[in-house]
Amino acid sequence: MHNFNILIVGVGGQGTILASRIIGAVAAEVAKDVKISEIHGMSQRGGSVVTQVRFSDKVYSPVIAEGTADVILAFEELEAFRWYPYLKKQGLMLMNNQEIDPMPVIMGKIAYPENIKDKMSEVEVVSVPALLLATQAGNAKAVNVVLIGVLAKRLGFEKFVWQKALKANVPAKFLNVNEEAFDLGYNLYE
Amino acid sequence: MVKKVLMTGNEAIARGAYEAGVTVATAYPGTPSTEILENVGKHYDQISAEWSPNEKVALEVGIGAAIVGARTLVAMKHVGVNVAADPLMSFTYTGVNGGLVLVSADDPGMHSSQNEQDNRLLGKFAKIPILEPADSGEAKDFLIQAFELSEKFDTPVLFRMTTRTSHAQSLVELAERNEVGLKPYQKNSMKNVMLPAHARLRHPVVEERLLKLAEFNETSNFNKTEMQDKEIGIITSGAVYQYVKEVLPTASVLKLGMTYPLPKKLITEFIASVETCYVIEELEPFIEDQIKVWGLKIIGKEIFPLIGEFSPQIIAKAFGKEFSTLKQTETLPVRPPVLCPGCTHRSVFYVIGKLKLRVSGDIGCYTLAAAPPLNGMDTCICMGASISAAHGMEKARGREFAAGTVAVIGDSTFMHSGITGLMDIVYNGGTSTIIILDNDITAMTGQQENPATGITLKQQLTRKVDLELLCRSLGVERVRSVDAYDVNAIEKAIKEEIGVAEPSVIIIHRPCVLLKGKGPNSLVYINQDKCRACGICAKIGCPAIVFKGSKVPIINENLCNGCLVCVQVCQFGALGEVK
Repeated sequence: MHNFNILIVGVGGQGTILASRIIGAVAAEVAKDVKISEIHGMSQRGGSVVTQVRFSDKVYSPVIAEGTADVILAFEELEAFRWYPYLKKQGLMLMNNQEIDPMPVIMGKIAYPENIKDKMSEVEVVSVPALLLATQAGNAKAVNVVLIGVLAKRLGFEKFVWQKALKANVPAKFLNVNEEAFDLGYNLYE
Repeated sequence: MVKKVLMTGNEAIARGAYEAGVTVATAYPGTPSTEILENVGKHYDQISAEWSPNEKVALEVGIGAAIVGARTLVAMKHVGVNVAADPLMSFTYTGVNGGLVLVSADDPGMHSSQNEQDNRLLGKFAKIPILEPADSGEAKDFLIQAFELSEKFDTPVLFRMTTRTSHAQSLVELAERNEVGLKPYQKNSMKNVMLPAHARLRHPVVEERLLKLAEFNETSNFNKTEMQDKEIGIITSGAVYQYVKEVLPTASVLKLGMTYPLPKKLITEFIASVETCYVIEELEPFIEDQIKVWGLKIIGKEIFPLIGEFSPQIIAKAFGKEFSTLKQTETLPVRPPVLCPGCTHRSVFYVIGKLKLRVSGDIGCYTLAAAPPLNGMDTCICMGASISAAHGMEKARGREFAAGTVAVIGDSTFMHSGITGLMDIVYNGGTSTIIILDNDITAMTGQQENPATGITLKQQLTRKVDLELLCRSLGVERVRSVDAYDVNAIEKAIKEEIGVAEPSVIIIHRPCVLLKGKGPNSLVYINQDKCRACGICAKIGCPAIVFKGSKVPIINENLCNGCLVCVQVCQFGALGEVK
């Protein structure tokens, strides 16, 4: 098995760490070795955040080098664009089509970049209405799990492995909502 | 089959403490170390685990426990070891009895810190062994061995983690707990009472111990030599080892797990066995300097950065390798961390800005108010410095200057090391105005309890420090409490207190908006007809008030939680609460 690298990017508070833990739990089932890198602390207060999952027969570095990510799971468009150079050429950008304005945009100092999807022409971009689907599932915070549903379909490991990982990582009282969110993502693209 | 579990380095340390038979664990929260004690407290009832008010107290509690025979874990972030340095520098003389491991979680790259000091230098200064695991599996294994090392050589051990070992997950093999029990305790004042006559006898013991440790390290299994291609040899440690293996998979590597005192013979032989030897280490040339003192030829900081966190690409670049990457040439808006919508710190910094006051600042979420548009901080140095530095400003520039200055500090930081500064102001006739931002929790590190919270790490109710009574007992006569969401009351209080030539404390209280069930649950609307586009509501820097392409803002209803600070700031009644 070659090294498989997934970068998860978003805005502090969006649930990127939980997402990396669910993906990591799946990776631990399907690969011999897994490493995950998280960042806690200050950046979690609405800053740009990145977590990373790598799996293979043997993984050394917990962090992914630029230009070597197979997939970027982006929770927000600007963050997708910011971390885009981490993707391999022909990599997959799985992007929540949500815009969250950073402070300089909120204050009207700089414009939010336009046509982000088109600017990432060298990779495959899959745009996901994750906020909409999460809301449909019953909780806008389940954006992370919708995206994991889409990723699960693309990666193709057995569905029950993902469901087990979900169950092990989300609080019991939110499990139903998250299972619904996962299915909406999973069934989005055939 | 052995059970393998994905764990962060911090979780692995907690597990290691459990398996090693630790019975006492203490810490003060600080990124990236916080989850160590959280996990001990949550999962391992056999261990007495507690938050201490600061790192000095944490280590002293640990020292007491170790001297009477308990295996003891003490955890803190790198700058916390500065606070704990006083006990550490004498504890190294007394030695331990029950093993004591001090975890220092360093933060290269300053993801969430005010500096990036390399605490291996503090370990060397204290003349104690330093261990540097490279992933979670090693963190657990090394920690268990660290207790054996500590007891065998009668020394505290510095266990150096970094952000990438603390907050990275990898597979860990679990084992059973080894109930080592308490070691016998006997009074031994020659060993444990550090007065000059005794300490003079203990210092040679420390020096001998260091020689024995160096000899032990020549053959210790903390270090690992991986001979491959002999053209390039790499000496490295910690997370950097992983990057080296990634970038230079065929190079020979000497991976040092115990980086102080260094194994001279092992290193000399390794250097002799390769054509060119590099030392690759994050931050200080700690290993490198020692090797150069020995007169051996290596390449280190000549080509590798002295500053910041390493990554595979930084090492690749030093060897002239480039990763081919996609280009993203646009200048993107930065996304700095911000005070949350509804944050209880926002109102006070708005008022301070309005009154054009200087702010002697401190460490916590409220340090984020230093950024525009609040621009609410003149200085921020270390935990507790807000209060004492404000006093220094007054001593240098007089009463008038003090009347235009406030010190701002959070409840947890005040507990940590603000109290002595306030005592100093009273004692030495200062007149500073101190603002305590009391949100009932240690917020920045992710909601940890402290003595002013009234709840312990184990979620037990306990006596809560009464901040108002505490300040009064120090001799501050002017102490008042104000609601953090009452902008006018805050302004009135600050104006009155800075105007009085005596020390005063304003406690601005509200539970942190992120505490479950404690935040406001309302919503603000904007009446666009009443809005005069004056921009005053922009000054509070709330992410829920959006000015995209217009001077008349809109409210982001997904973010707004109805703290109503903006409603109070607006002069034209354009903002209101949705009823």
